[in-house]
Amino acid sequence: MTTDGNTGKAAGSYTTDEMMTVAASRELADGTVCFVGIGLPSEAANLARATHAPGCVLIYESGTVGAKPDVLPLSIGDGVLAEHADSVVSVPEIFNYWLQAGRVDVGFLGAAQVDRFGNINTTVVGDYDSPKVRLPGAGGAPEIATSAKEVIIMLRHRPRALVEELSFITSVGHGTGGNAREELGLPGKGPTALITDLGVLRPDPETKELTLVVLHPGATVEQAREATGWDLKVAVNPGSTEPPTEKELKLLRELKARTEAARKGTSA
Amino acid sequence: MAHVADLREATAELVRDGDSVALEGFTHLIPTAAAHEIIRQGRKDLTLIRMTPDLIYDQMIGMGCARKLVFSWGGNPGVGSLHRFRDAVENDWPAPLEIEEHSHAGMANRYVAGASNLPFAVLRGYVGTDLPKVTSTIAPIKCPFTGEELMAVPALNPDVSIIHAQQADGRGNVAIWGISGIQKEAVLSARRAIVTVEEVVDELVPHPFQVVLPAVAIDAISVEPKGAHPSYADGYYDRDNSFYEAWDPIGRDREEFGAWMEEHVLGTENFGEYLESVRAKGMVTK
Repeated sequence: MTTDGNTGKAAGSYTTDEMMTVAASRELADGTVCFVGIGLPSEAANLARATHAPGCVLIYESGTVGAKPDVLPLSIGDGVLAEHADSVVSVPEIFNYWLQAGRVDVGFLGAAQVDRFGNINTTVVGDYDSPKVRLPGAGGAPEIATSAKEVIIMLRHRPRALVEELSFITSVGHGTGGNAREELGLPGKGPTALITDLGVLRPDPETKELTLVVLHPGATVEQAREATGWDLKVAVNPGSTEPPTEKELKLLRELKARTEAARKGTSA
Repeated sequence: MAHVADLREATAELVRDGDSVALEGFTHLIPTAAAHEIIRQGRKDLTLIRMTPDLIYDQMIGMGCARKLVFSWGGNPGVGSLHRFRDAVENDWPAPLEIEEHSHAGMANRYVAGASNLPFAVLRGYVGTDLPKVTSTIAPIKCPFTGEELMAVPALNPDVSIIHAQQADGRGNVAIWGISGIQKEAVLSARRAIVTVEEVVDELVPHPFQVVLPAVAIDAISVEPKGAHPSYADGYYDRDNSFYEAWDPIGRDREEFGAWMEEHVLGTENFGEYLESVRAKGMVTK
């Protein structure tokens, strides 16, 4: 079993979701200013804050800067986000003065679907005017994808989520690939990683096509190919993710337990 | 200038059939009491404007108040879909719903332009997405100084904006603290404004991250304790997460939805009675 130099020995059993969250949390360097989406990204960002990156400045689109929630928010504007925040600003300010102004290092996003270039759909499945499934829509994501210096996407690896063609491009990743972002004049670098429950995909430096570069323990290339809706490119020698350490797993589980207890508390 | 009025009277006076109406509140301070009063009074053909439609617009759409929805994220936060919204878009039930969809940044800037009495706002956004293809209120514009291509979005100037706040003082000044979202811009961009409050106090005292809206920007203030339930009011009550979960199966079924609205909203005189009615069903826990 692999060990981690900083935090001691690796943990015993864990779920693929836990591995995904831990892997995503490791992407955030301490001190990063991170614009956080609700759900999986928020879980990973708060795990990072609890482990190796206590100085991360978490921004939520409701206007909280430097949020320090002790439980995971269920919605983007929960009171717990404002309680210990460095500042709370208006929605125009968060998007204009913070995001558009280039003050955000990492945009941390979830998605309903992504394509091979990390473009995101959260709008509709099927035809826009008579959709098969109407999804919630854009929210803050299009401009996060535009202006954050880089973007990390988290998504469970499924053929219906990693698709050949998107019904709708809600937020731009690497567009049609290559230097499409520069041609569109988009200031940020776009997606630098797609973290799934099977591994980590990163854009090819030239084509910008998402390529499987790392597998989580137990996952196989075959499995990843089957769970991808396009013909998945795989690195020559894909690396292997360090399994969650005991500390990471303990802190993640405590965070989730506190969240669950708080949630139950509201319905007691 | 703000006057304190019963919500029924304020709604009857200031919200009219065919109006464009913005009920704002970003997760925090969602004006549920006001939404219910609009439903009770049977307003029709409204253009509903709101960044995050939430349960209140799910209910107004399902009850046939809306002709059009202008929005940027239409889900049940932390739970899933808004089923009445989806049923209207996917199946035209109870009536076709025209949609005009933006991003949060676009909506926020539209309100800012409206509050500034400018015809449009510019932002660095939407480029490369499919949104400009389906939303006619997004158009490219060149910066006259640098030549940079940006996107323009037209101002939002709702006929009436409605928000919920913690407090008003005796002169009609309104205080919001905690997450204040887009409410200041929603009020200042509107032709008419209604604010529901938790209470009226003699003097407003400072709170962290407080925004004060002066009385001159507001037409009517109505006292509606817990008027933002199931969202929350910082300093008064927490978000009732279980209500959002309980809404999912109700909103999912047309008949169940209709019966629920009939019993709890149409069948009550005001928000206080509504709260008692849903509390009796064990649906209010905060």
